[in-house]
Amino acid sequence: MSWSPEGLDQTARRATGSLLQRILHLDGVLLALILLLSGIGLVVLYSAFGGRIEPVQGHWLRLAIGLGAMAVLAQIPPSRLYRMAPWIFAGVTLLLIAVLVIGQMGGGARRWLDLGFFNLQPSEFMKLALPMMVAWLVARDTLPVSLGGSLRALAVIAVPVAMIGIQPDLGTAILVAAAGVAVLFLAGLGWRFLALGACLIAAAAPVLWMFGMQDYQKDRVLTFLDPERDPLGAGYNIIQSQIAIGSGGLYGKGWMDGTQAHLEFIPERHTDFVFAVMAEEFGFLGVLLVFGVYLAIIARGLWIAHEAQDNFSRLLAGGITLTFFVYCFVNIGMVSGLLPVVGLPLPLISYGGSSMVTLLAGFGILMAIHTHRRMWSS
Amino acid sequence: MSLELLRDKTGEKRIVRGRIGVVAVIVAAAFFALAARISYLQVIEYDHFAARSQDNRVRLAPLAPTRGLIRDRDGRILAENRPAFRLTVIPEQVDDMPGLLSALGEVVELDPETVATFRDTLQRARSFQEVPLKARLSQAEVAALSVNRHRFPGVEVRPHLARHYPYGPIGSHVVGYVGRISEAELRERDPRRYRGTSVIGKSGVERWYEDRLRGEMGLARIETNALGRSLETLERQAPQPGEDLQLSLDIELQSVAADALGDHRGAIVAMDPRSGEILALTSRPGFDPNALADGLEPSSFEALRADPDQPLFNRALRGRYPPGSVVKPFLALAAAAAGVIDPDETMFCNGRYHLPDVERTWRDWKPEGHGRVDLIQAVAQSCDIYFYDLAYRMGIDAMHEWMTRFGFGRLTGIDLPGERQGVMPSRAWKRRNLDEPWYHGETVNTGIGQGFTLATPIQMAASTAMLANRGEPVRPRLLRRADGQENPIEPLRLDDESLWQVTIDSMVETVHGRQGTARAIGRELPYQIAGKTGTAQVIGIGQDEEYDEDALDERFHDHALFTAFAPVADPRISVAVVVENGGSGSQTAAPMARTVIDAWIRQLEDEGELVTGRP
Repeated sequence: MSWSPEGLDQTARRATGSLLQRILHLDGVLLALILLLSGIGLVVLYSAFGGRIEPVQGHWLRLAIGLGAMAVLAQIPPSRLYRMAPWIFAGVTLLLIAVLVIGQMGGGARRWLDLGFFNLQPSEFMKLALPMMVAWLVARDTLPVSLGGSLRALAVIAVPVAMIGIQPDLGTAILVAAAGVAVLFLAGLGWRFLALGACLIAAAAPVLWMFGMQDYQKDRVLTFLDPERDPLGAGYNIIQSQIAIGSGGLYGKGWMDGTQAHLEFIPERHTDFVFAVMAEEFGFLGVLLVFGVYLAIIARGLWIAHEAQDNFSRLLAGGITLTFFVYCFVNIGMVSGLLPVVGLPLPLISYGGSSMVTLLAGFGILMAIHTHRRMWSS
Repeated sequence: MSLELLRDKTGEKRIVRGRIGVVAVIVAAAFFALAARISYLQVIEYDHFAARSQDNRVRLAPLAPTRGLIRDRDGRILAENRPAFRLTVIPEQVDDMPGLLSALGEVVELDPETVATFRDTLQRARSFQEVPLKARLSQAEVAALSVNRHRFPGVEVRPHLARHYPYGPIGSHVVGYVGRISEAELRERDPRRYRGTSVIGKSGVERWYEDRLRGEMGLARIETNALGRSLETLERQAPQPGEDLQLSLDIELQSVAADALGDHRGAIVAMDPRSGEILALTSRPGFDPNALADGLEPSSFEALRADPDQPLFNRALRGRYPPGSVVKPFLALAAAAAGVIDPDETMFCNGRYHLPDVERTWRDWKPEGHGRVDLIQAVAQSCDIYFYDLAYRMGIDAMHEWMTRFGFGRLTGIDLPGERQGVMPSRAWKRRNLDEPWYHGETVNTGIGQGFTLATPIQMAASTAMLANRGEPVRPRLLRRADGQENPIEPLRLDDESLWQVTIDSMVETVHGRQGTARAIGRELPYQIAGKTGTAQVIGIGQDEEYDEDALDERFHDHALFTAFAPVADPRISVAVVVENGGSGSQTAAPMARTVIDAWIRQLEDEGELVTGRP
């Protein structure tokens, strides 16, 4: 946040920044980047929907709700969040139990609570509730986190992850686990512990393959290893999305001119595979631009974590930012064939309600952390 | 906010900030990996994926060309393309297929075979593709369907072009028919040229000139979506319609010939001896090519096949008959030219013939004999004894050599598929085919066109034309414009050209002479016909047996033959008639020939082509 005292423009901008920061508790940089990315998302979605405006309007509405949630959360000082963390975690966990008992079936999984006017997906809340809980847990002791603290935190992580995993919702389970582990990692989890964990996962993989994974999940892994194994079946999505990306070339086919998208070759083109639509129409240059915006958001998030004034805030800000990063990496990696297909949307661009609201709510927490700092620091 | 939370030991801060640094490095590395992956897809492998995307999107659809028309010599249409209506069903728009089919069955006639074929196609079709259910809807059915349209969503009545033969069975063996292309036919040809076409010429002109009639396929580049549904035609390369063909055939004369044969099995071939142009070519019984052209169920085709009268069999080209006495003018000319006989020399016929040292007696068709006959009378009265002796004196190999020059035992090379070769035997032929030596008795039989000798009506008509032309051979053909192909038969030059006249005179005497076998047809004609009757035995009659027509099954009755050309002064038509089991050539075949000849001559008179002095 460097500024020069001379020059009216910069004074004005600083004043605006101040207004956003001090009164509305919003972070201008983050807000600008989020709006930029959402704008790109609206443009891409308009094309992915074949030029229909109605679904885009629906998206715009959800974006507005998410921004509202962000603005509300930004008002809550981190100290209050710290006190509320265990209660929030307990509440969301109860909702998850409710899902398993009375949840709605959909697509072979039990993920939603039917609230009559609204379908609630509690696993979404866990993406924020778990890092908050783990941050609360480890911030009570001195950092780096001790062996006992680590084990306690892992136990807390395992409960919601397992509950989401048996819905089953692999994508969300991975994301929730990543959010929890990210906080632990930032809390100074020992490298030896990490190495041991990696070995355990490697050892558990065959067991998981044999007993833990559903057939469709195994299929996805096999397809990832060799998409041409079943080009019209399991491999179709990934092959077609790679054709879409590759045929975009350096400059893209042009907005609304992506043949793979408009002729319906790209599956799930407005949700999980929206990146392929963008890459087809805007080319490698468009991809680099979007990468730049994502990196800037992540950098800003990490900066906020870096600048935070207490351990809980640092860990929570870092955890939320890392969750956002995992979102981006897993989605783009999957669409481009670098990772197996996992059902995760592209943050702030994919069409779909609940995940966007959660993401924006997370950014609200980041803003709260940043704007409620004591001025004597920094 | 508790004080504990606010404690901010430098060490703790450094740990978390250190980890944030590690995270920054991981994030940078991950995005670098993603960027590398995307650049691999978009930059390095761009050509590959661009091509695959293009393949995805554009489908080449063949556009069927319009098949060329076939016309007769006056431009009357023998084969055309008529709009027809086809019933199709779009599966995705039908909720209850069995229900729809039974409801449709009340409006249009649907036999189980059609429904079975439809169900079969349905299995392979994609849900938005129209599946044909019934071809050739009648006007009434089209009307009934349009009234009931609201009841049948997903059912369409589609117009298309179907081959139609306005003259039906009359021209069936010349024009032929088209039918659904078979796997085997597709393998023989270039399958790419037949994409989009479902029919191919199966017989006749339709088959012989298939390449010219078919035309060239067009192509449409159609943009399709992932399901293969057509969205937009990007580019269209129009098909080139097939060539229209004008035949030398005169459909009216063809009709006259067909009527002349009536219910008999047999064939009539009429050609212009000057050019070889086929004027009429009929084989009876015929069949209706319209029934075969499209949508005929296999069972009806099998019924035509199984018919003992063989309506699909083109007798004019493929029927091989013993020519009988029809060979006599040719043999007389050959023997005279070879110096074996003198045309003016006479011999006495008492109705019996013996070979030295052979027990058997050969009889004349007239038991009491013809008395004293020269060449002309021997032909006109069809004296067998004269030709027994001629053959014996000439020898089989000389006969083979001469008759082959007239085209016997050879193909004429007509531009129709399936012509079969006759047989003009020789010693070598018998050795080759039967592995037996030649006997003198067989030479004698050959002298009256019996024994091993076989000829097709087209070959007899062509050989007769060569007589009319005094040695100039013609290659029979249907397409009026010459295709430049060589005639397989060489011109025949005689040392004594007057022998042509003697031979022709003998045939004129047959029709116009007092004792000519065909004198019945020669009356009241303003022009002369040169002809020769033939009666060919179907089964061998023992030497002492009498031929008793009434005692024999109809299928063993003699074949009746007649060959002729007219007018003698300026030959314009040469004809060969074969009537299977028709009895005698003079009674059955000759009147048919006269009918055809006279119809043609009258037409030439009407057109001012020919003056005969008819009032």
